[in-house]
Amino acid sequence: MTDTVTQGVAQRRELIAFRIGDQEFCVDIMSVREIRGWAPATPLPRTPSFVKGVINLRGAVLPIIDLGARLGLTTSEPTARHVIMVVHIGDRTIGLLVDAVSDIINMSDDLVQPTPDVASDQVKTFVKGLFALDGRMVSLIALDRVLPETEAEAA
Amino acid sequence: MDPFESIKATFFQECEELLTDMESGLLAMEQGDDDSETINAVFRAVHSVKGGAGAFGLEELIRFAHVFETVLDEMRSGKLHLTDEVAKVLLRASDVLADHVAAARSGGSVDEGRTVGMIADLQGLIDQDRAAELGLNDDGDSAAVEEDFGFVPVVLSLDEPATDAPEVDVAALMAAAAEPVEVDEAAAPADAAPAWRVTFRPKAEMYAKANEAALVLRELARLGDVEVALDASAVPPLDQLSAEQAYLTWTIRLSGDKSEAEVREVFEFVEDDCDLEVTREGEAAAEVAEPPLAADDDASASAVEAAAAAPLDLDALLARVSAPAAEPATPAAPAPAPIAAAPPPAAPPPAQDPASMDVAGLIALAEKASQDHAQTQSAPAKAEPKADQKAEARAAAGPATAATPTIRVDLDRVDRLINAVGELVIQQAMLSQRVFESGLARSSDVALGLEDLELLTREIQDSVMAIRAQPVKSVFQRMPRLVREVADMVGKKVRLVMDGENTEVDKTVIERLSDPITHMLRNAIDHGLETPDEREAGGKGIEGTVRLAALHRGGRIVIEVADDGRGINRPRVRGIAVSKGLIAEDAVLSDDEIDNLIFLPGFSTADVVSDISGRGVGMDVVKRSIQALGGRISITSEPGKGSKFSMSLPLTLAVLDGMVVSAADQTLVAPLSNIVESLTPRAEDVHLIGGRDAVICIRDTFVPLIDVGVALGFRDTPLPPASGVAVLVESEGGGKAALLVEAIQGQRQVVIKSLEANYQHIHGVAAATILGDGRVALILDVDALVTTSRRKAPRIEKRMAV
Repeated sequence: MTDTVTQGVAQRRELIAFRIGDQEFCVDIMSVREIRGWAPATPLPRTPSFVKGVINLRGAVLPIIDLGARLGLTTSEPTARHVIMVVHIGDRTIGLLVDAVSDIINMSDDLVQPTPDVASDQVKTFVKGLFALDGRMVSLIALDRVLPETEAEAA
Repeated sequence: MDPFESIKATFFQECEELLTDMESGLLAMEQGDDDSETINAVFRAVHSVKGGAGAFGLEELIRFAHVFETVLDEMRSGKLHLTDEVAKVLLRASDVLADHVAAARSGGSVDEGRTVGMIADLQGLIDQDRAAELGLNDDGDSAAVEEDFGFVPVVLSLDEPATDAPEVDVAALMAAAAEPVEVDEAAAPADAAPAWRVTFRPKAEMYAKANEAALVLRELARLGDVEVALDASAVPPLDQLSAEQAYLTWTIRLSGDKSEAEVREVFEFVEDDCDLEVTREGEAAAEVAEPPLAADDDASASAVEAAAAAPLDLDALLARVSAPAAEPATPAAPAPAPIAAAPPPAAPPPAQDPASMDVAGLIALAEKASQDHAQTQSAPAKAEPKADQKAEARAAAGPATAATPTIRVDLDRVDRLINAVGELVIQQAMLSQRVFESGLARSSDVALGLEDLELLTREIQDSVMAIRAQPVKSVFQRMPRLVREVADMVGKKVRLVMDGENTEVDKTVIERLSDPITHMLRNAIDHGLETPDEREAGGKGIEGTVRLAALHRGGRIVIEVADDGRGINRPRVRGIAVSKGLIAEDAVLSDDEIDNLIFLPGFSTADVVSDISGRGVGMDVVKRSIQALGGRISITSEPGKGSKFSMSLPLTLAVLDGMVVSAADQTLVAPLSNIVESLTPRAEDVHLIGGRDAVICIRDTFVPLIDVGVALGFRDTPLPPASGVAVLVESEGGGKAALLVEAIQGQRQVVIKSLEANYQHIHGVAAATILGDGRVALILDVDALVTTSRRKAPRIEKRMAV
């Protein structure tokens, strides 16, 4: 899915940009299934703090990841203004909690710059690259790292 | 999938059905049913397996099926009579046949010794009647039966009267349509003295495939009087002779009232590996003169065109004329039908003028006949044009097998439908809840509409679940074989009685019934039943009876396995349990409790550990696998009279009976199958061991008290016991504990939703479900909770974020 960025082919693609706090991020539009408003989640026991719990998405049990918390940003309690982006990661479907969805960006892969060395390891894990858009900085998120790796980590 | 592979897969699916049919037929025969229809059904099944195997070149399977079929054919023609011994041999042969099919499917191999032994046994049956068989030339079966088999690339019989249409089976027609059919057959005069001249010249390949000319000739001899001439002129001098070449040619003159199809059927399996000519006596010249006409090539040719060509080739004309006449009425089976329907014409007059007169008359005749034919034919063809060919072939095969039309559907699609309906039900419940919350009157149109919607949703859900519901027959059917094998192994005589095979249960449950039933049956035969000697000494018949029954009871399915054996030897069971340290020496146990000791892990009563059971992994495994399905197992036993195991299971694994409880502001579901009782704890019954591990005293027994909210990390401080409700649960391992929750909200059937699908397994949580309000609730994994508390190894739990 989003991994094609690294192939070096100047391919045009559409990205969905969203905000967490005052930072802007984006993911490949093809991995986003739908965007919906925040609904109270059922908390899961023994899970990392960035797992908000599970919600009912038309009969499927959908885990909600607080993306801000996952990236190490400070987050506040979700409100009705928050947004859940339902995304496919591999064969799983999860919800990402973000502050707001801002834009759909059409851009080519060769504009993506590698993450500079200043970033911490945690950020580097999730941010695949950066690009400039109208003077703003947008970080491209690597979705496959967002879920906790193993059960051991979660327990 | 590669088309060939998918055809093959279909073949194996059909094989499974055929084997099932065969086994039920054989079981009926074992009970003494020697009705010719039963025997025919079994024969047909074996024959079809053989035929299909031929198409895929499964040589071993063919060879075995052939011997098997021969024996059945003997029975069919009344030469071999059904006896107990015969039925038993046949049943064992069916097991071997199933092995062969399984081996062919998985590419494995079959126990050679067993096959050879079985073939010898079957040959033995044939040999008993060999003398009689050779003396007789009668063939007990009618052409109609022959034609039921579908796959034979048959040239339709000219002996058939035109009105016999229903006997023409669709699959055969399709096969015939695909093959070039020699239409000149149809024109042959039916009333001529029937005699066939067959030239049979095997090629080396035929011998290489272990076919033998003598067998073929012998088979042919059974059709009628034969005169066989051997042409050995091609045999070279001995020094030039190659042992692997074929040199011989036989010319056989067969008299008898047989169709060409019947004659050719004898050569069915060698057809590709020999030069074969089958001709009517005295007609060879005419046949060569007329080029074979591909049956469906000319189906679209107009009658007028054909008429123009008519004087030249009367036979071709007949075929052309009648083909389009039948075509529109029988789309599924176009061309060959009219050929069978074409009436035997009068001998073609040589002069042209009178011929065209005759032609007109013949056209009329042919059309009439083919219309008659088309009418009878089109009924089944129209009724289910899209049903698969096989079902259609069956329907056409005759009144005896009136199968309801079925379709094969990918289970995945059904599951998707079931999921969608599950969501529909939840959505509907949410909707009505919202509507009532919004303050609409219950008599308002919206509310009434919602009520109808609810009824409809329920109905859809029921129908959808019924799609997946299947009779337990598919599991039960495997059991007679198991019983035979186990009985042979332990040297006991066992009769298996099955009851309630048509009890329906969800497919997910069916798949997992097989293991526990297998275990219980093995156990019943190995441990429950006595040896024949012991039975005789005990005044029972030497044959033990094991009864396997399925029934619905209270929304669950109950499977019972009962034997009339020795029953549970309670003092011995108790002794073993004490010696293995499973119970205390002075424990006071009721008979019932002693009986249930056999479910304890590591318990085994067998003096001799056998291959079948007795390794002490039996009954506790059974119990655990049943509990994993949300079921229960119990045993009742009467010494000297036998024992009865009954297990009760939910009808589906998609829903679960649960108790909805709340703990730390969360709604949770505890599986009802784990729950023993619930009670309000009194403060004085709860004691602390050490700092924080609490136990509760229930009727003088201390069990751990687990605060669910704390155990799952929903809160840090334990709930004061007196302000909550304790639910006494039993884990699959038999451990008991009391779960402390804030309140019990009620009992409900919930739909199980996997957490692993989108997230991962969480310790202490079995799955999730969606409640009527649309919120997700977690289903507790009682086992995990109990064992965690018992291990007393408090893990470092990350605080969950709320």
